[in-house]
Amino acid sequence: MIATEPVINKSKIIVKNLNFFYGQHQALFNNNIEIKENMVTAVIGPSGCGKSTHLRAYNRIFELYREQRAEGEVILDNENILSGSVDILELRRKIGMIFQKPTPFPMSVFDNVAYGLKLHYRLSRSEMAEKVEMGLHRVALWDEVKDKLKAPGMALSGGQQQRLCLARAIAIEPEVLLMDEPTSAIDPVGTLKIENLIEELKENFTIVIVTHNMQQAARVSDYTAFFYEGHIIEYDKTENMFTKPKAKQTEDYITGRFG
Amino acid sequence: MPIHLSKEINKLKKSILALCTTVEENVRKAVTSVVNKDIKLAIEVEEKDIEIDQMEIDIEEECLKILALHQPVAIDLRYVIACMKMNNDLERIGDLAENIARSAKAIAEFGDDDEQRKPDFSLMMDKTRSMLKKTLDSLIEMDTNLAREVIKEDDVIDDLNREMHTTILRWLKENPAKAEYYVRLLNVSKHLERIADYATNIAEDVLYMATGSIVRHQVK
Repeated sequence: MIATEPVINKSKIIVKNLNFFYGQHQALFNNNIEIKENMVTAVIGPSGCGKSTHLRAYNRIFELYREQRAEGEVILDNENILSGSVDILELRRKIGMIFQKPTPFPMSVFDNVAYGLKLHYRLSRSEMAEKVEMGLHRVALWDEVKDKLKAPGMALSGGQQQRLCLARAIAIEPEVLLMDEPTSAIDPVGTLKIENLIEELKENFTIVIVTHNMQQAARVSDYTAFFYEGHIIEYDKTENMFTKPKAKQTEDYITGRFG
Repeated sequence: MPIHLSKEINKLKKSILALCTTVEENVRKAVTSVVNKDIKLAIEVEEKDIEIDQMEIDIEEECLKILALHQPVAIDLRYVIACMKMNNDLERIGDLAENIARSAKAIAEFGDDDEQRKPDFSLMMDKTRSMLKKTLDSLIEMDTNLAREVIKEDDVIDDLNREMHTTILRWLKENPAKAEYYVRLLNVSKHLERIADYATNIAEDVLYMATGSIVRHQVK
């Protein structure tokens, strides 16, 4: 990987020699990267390059599948989250995740946001209502849903559903937000809303976003990592990546010459 | 408007205004250094130009960044492109201020003017500076009327430069021993005229930015 400018912001997540396997197949090779605190880091690369696989190591979601395993270190605040001693529930509270397709639970708008809160905190009814409202405000959804809090979350539009999921994720005050293609199933207006939210949310969260859309990476991120065939080819400030990339492969990919 | 782009555009606006004011101030000082034969002030102008050059590089990088990362369209695209062009013109005005300061240093070394052949740059200087100021105001206020006014005023400066040229050339013929001194004076006049030209370019870019129409090279 091409090393770049000295680290300025504090690193929130430090990945050291991360290798990942789907059974016999190795999908990631010696990934080393430092994710900066309160910054948006975009992960780009062609299909199958390991972007999502890399992201999924950050909250150990891959463990749901028995044949998948990760080697190396993913250090969050001085603790290797890949080590057995980590409390998974606490880890998932610290690291929230948003997926490509909105995943509202089959329950009301209100309960969708309250769900995670109930899991992690003991709150009175009024405290709960307050937290849910605050969560919906933070994702700029409150005005759109305040009159239908009891309606099913599934009844909202795609863009609204995604913001609902975002509200559910941030209601429990995570430290890191992982977003795996968060707008690829959403129309342009919904996409703009999510992108604007990302800019606002980074004040409080460290955000890592996997995206197929290079322009999105360019628009929303502070740092960009380019993945190819399981390797991190280049990692730099986004403005440098998109104006003067150092690796030929990065240049070829972002200019549409391959991938 | 996407929040990311609007933040970047505001930042660019601040940077270009900072460059404008720095350049305007340097032109003012350069002109004063000629009038007062102030070598110290002339050196100050030369030193400031290094800062201006760096500002130009930074603004160019900001513009490239916006184009690469945000792909602006319509008014936003015109804004960034106009800023890139203004950036170049402002830096060139900065260079001309430096040239004037350099001439000021040489002129100061020739001592006092003789009473019959005393150059009076005051009108030309006032006009050029007022043009520059109006240009910058038109940029800040997006004032197309003011920009059009500046474009018209350029002819006045051209005429003043021609008059100055004729006068100084006559003095040079009368007193060839001081040829170098008169050539320096000619340069100052020429530089002021060029500054007015660049101010006109910027005014044209303001019009382009605000209206989308290109007014360069049109018969007045």
